[in-house]
Amino acid sequence: MAFTLNVNGKPATVDVPADMPLLWVLRDILDLRGTKFGCGLGQCGACTVHLGDNPVRSCQTPVSRAAGTAITTIEGLSPDASHPLQRAWEELDVPQCGYCQAGQIMSAAALLRRNPRPTDADIDTAMGGNLCRCATYTRIREAIHRAAGNSTPTATTAEVVR
Amino acid sequence: MRRRDFLRATALAGGGMMVALYLDPARVLGQEGSRLPAGGVNYKPWAFLTIAPDGTVTILSKNPEGGQGTKMHLPMIIADELDVDWKVVTVENAPLDEQSFGVQRTGGSTATPINWDPLRQCGAAARQMLIAAAAQTWSVPASECTTASGRVRHAASNRTLGYGELASTAAALPTPDLKTVKLKDPKEYKVIGSAVRNQDVPKIVRGEPLYAIDTKLPGMLYAAYEKCPVPGGKVASANIDEIKRLPGVRNAFVVAGGPDLTYTYPVCCIGVSLHGGVAIVADTWWHAQQARAKLKVTWNEGPTASNSTEGFNKRAQELSQQPPHLKLYNDGDVDGALKSAAKTVEAAYYYPFLAHAPLEPQNCTAHYKDGKLEIWVGSQTPREGRQVIAQSLGMPESDITVHFVRMGGGFGRRILNDYMAEAAWIAREMNGTPIKLLWSRQDDLTHDFYRPAGYHFFKAGLDASGRIVAWNQHYVAFGEGEKFAPNTAIGGASFPAGFIPNFAFNASLIPMGIPTGPLRAPGTNGTTFVYQGFIDELAVASGKDPVDFRMALLDTPRKLLPNARDAFSAERAKGVLKLAADKSGWGKRQLPRGTGMGVAFLYAHLGYFAEIAEVSVDAQNRVKVNKVWVAADIGSEVINPLNAVHQVQGSVIDGMGAVMAQETTFVKGRAQQATFNEHRLVRMNQAPKDIDVHFLKTNNAPTGLGEPALPPVIPAITNAIYAATGKRIRSIPIGKQGFAWA
Repeated sequence: MAFTLNVNGKPATVDVPADMPLLWVLRDILDLRGTKFGCGLGQCGACTVHLGDNPVRSCQTPVSRAAGTAITTIEGLSPDASHPLQRAWEELDVPQCGYCQAGQIMSAAALLRRNPRPTDADIDTAMGGNLCRCATYTRIREAIHRAAGNSTPTATTAEVVR
Repeated sequence: MRRRDFLRATALAGGGMMVALYLDPARVLGQEGSRLPAGGVNYKPWAFLTIAPDGTVTILSKNPEGGQGTKMHLPMIIADELDVDWKVVTVENAPLDEQSFGVQRTGGSTATPINWDPLRQCGAAARQMLIAAAAQTWSVPASECTTASGRVRHAASNRTLGYGELASTAAALPTPDLKTVKLKDPKEYKVIGSAVRNQDVPKIVRGEPLYAIDTKLPGMLYAAYEKCPVPGGKVASANIDEIKRLPGVRNAFVVAGGPDLTYTYPVCCIGVSLHGGVAIVADTWWHAQQARAKLKVTWNEGPTASNSTEGFNKRAQELSQQPPHLKLYNDGDVDGALKSAAKTVEAAYYYPFLAHAPLEPQNCTAHYKDGKLEIWVGSQTPREGRQVIAQSLGMPESDITVHFVRMGGGFGRRILNDYMAEAAWIAREMNGTPIKLLWSRQDDLTHDFYRPAGYHFFKAGLDASGRIVAWNQHYVAFGEGEKFAPNTAIGGASFPAGFIPNFAFNASLIPMGIPTGPLRAPGTNGTTFVYQGFIDELAVASGKDPVDFRMALLDTPRKLLPNARDAFSAERAKGVLKLAADKSGWGKRQLPRGTGMGVAFLYAHLGYFAEIAEVSVDAQNRVKVNKVWVAADIGSEVINPLNAVHQVQGSVIDGMGAVMAQETTFVKGRAQQATFNEHRLVRMNQAPKDIDVHFLKTNNAPTGLGEPALPPVIPAITNAIYAATGKRIRSIPIGKQGFAWA
């Protein structure tokens, strides 16, 4: 079946089964490989993209449901990696292996859009569905605060004794 | 003939120089020396350092990167001795070429200890050549020249030249003897010890295709591979013809597979055999998976289908009542000392089988054409992966090209390269068409090389002063005859052996067919909980403070262990214990009811770690880790503190997952946990906001950090739960015992 999608502000027509998950349409058909496959069950958040203003797990979103709504992936979050979250992620060196981070950033971007100055509790709620196997949560939290302009004590400095 | 390390410099066309370091393979490979081909090898240059005419520097990083941070910190070592600013350095991945680069393997937290000396020498030698080039240009003595920020300076005549301007001249000069090359005074380090960001992060936040799963080749098809739920089982029959007719499916076929997986490792990482199964090749991976759902396979499950966690538990209890099969390490007279002890303490400890679950599911892209094979993969051991393919397909390694890329996590899982053999086999069947094999999450969690479970039965004796006089430990593990299953041998000759006059560490083995392998901090990720938990019990039984009790144990006159590699330093262990206690306010803070602090320490991977957790437990057994303090001694330098702190913080949170929720259990030979709902990772709201990391610098060569910070947090937390509630934790995960995260 042919579907016309609006991905990162550009139209894209794909001829795929209606129940094919958006994740695989993005990755294998449209070559947008920034969105990651982690579990295929909506349990890890690595495949998070925006459908309109909402973060969705693209592995659980049939392409038929995505047609007609603006889709934003990590590649389209900003034209030049200038989104405050992308900047904060670079400044604080958030990733370790980095595999989950596109999903983390997309969930965080949706949070900041509806709540520009989130508290720790807001972050816990919004980010609870995004797993990080390297457990970089300390820096993810700090980077969200930084992108939001919140002042928080830094968790990334090392004290070296002697 | 024994070779020495030496350098070679080459002028680049258009100016600039390339410096290559040739290393003595016997020294660099160390204990891996047996891997050298008979007759030796003609080693090519190992670490490349290129200086362009504009003064920019490119350094190749040789090891697979999966989040541990060596991609930056190995080049940092070269850059500092070269005396350039980090901002002019670009790091690139080295290709797989162990003839040129030495061992290209990620595991064992070995990157720093192996590379610290040669990489410093490489950078310093290049600097010395650049100075010589400037001295020759100016006709002044080299001793009057200094360097800073990529320039050579002659102070007396106030002249300077940039490295880029000098590089061509330097390349033509004789290379210095690495043994005599002058290394920096550590006080002069500018790059080492500075916060260096990972140069891949800008690509990661843009969603650029960096990982093996992102590989895309023209005409590529996608493969799914169904294996027997019992590891090593083989296909008896399958509805292949029906599968071939499904939408998007291009091919489907049975793969017979190699010999059974159990005990097939002649050497860790290499002897993995190809599992039998059914391959489905389709236009997209989703099409392959849709077809897979309609697959009907009859399996020959093999003898391991009788494996079960329940059976293992029962057998371990039986064996605990019998004398150990294997005598491993025995000092003094344990039975006599137990009889005369003022007090005895008995306990049984357990940790489960555990999956790795890197977030990027296993995958490999392979293209077979005209008898040659090209592979794109994320592997911690790409060279060994190539060997596995060569063995599985019966083709020479020289016909296989392996490209290794950034890994979406490894944690030891990507040391075993079964998925490479599968992709290669499928690609050969699809002769001429490249394929990408991708595992589902369920494939990953049910076809792992699991951290083996372990049962430890203890009886210890204390004298009237509370000192440990006897320690009897019966370790029930897995294996056959006297042969331990992979990664179950933990070695008895380690702390607290040597510190207790009457000491017995012996073992019994349960036959098992479950594939096991190394998980982050292999050997200690389970046993640290056991040792530091039982020592905590002994502290309580002796009426001593848990930190004081450990300090006193470390102060006991020590018998050196027979193990030549044992380098345990009680002084360094005490150093980190004291630092962690000081920083956490151990024993000095008034804690509310239901809140407690627990301590543990570890010597592993040549480093020393003491960790203290403050934990609150409510009436419903809901656990909150309020804060963790870590004191680490990884020697004289923390090469990249920005990454080092992060490795420790991630290790602490990773370890929390093992405390609460993670295990793999088996019924009829089948792993029971297949998704992240059953294999639960720690989530944002459960992770402590505050993980305090302190490095204690000591006069020892720098060592690795990817693993050893993980194990101690487990007993630090379980000991803190005891302090908070009086409930002693002797088995993990504790989620099975009525606990949950707050």
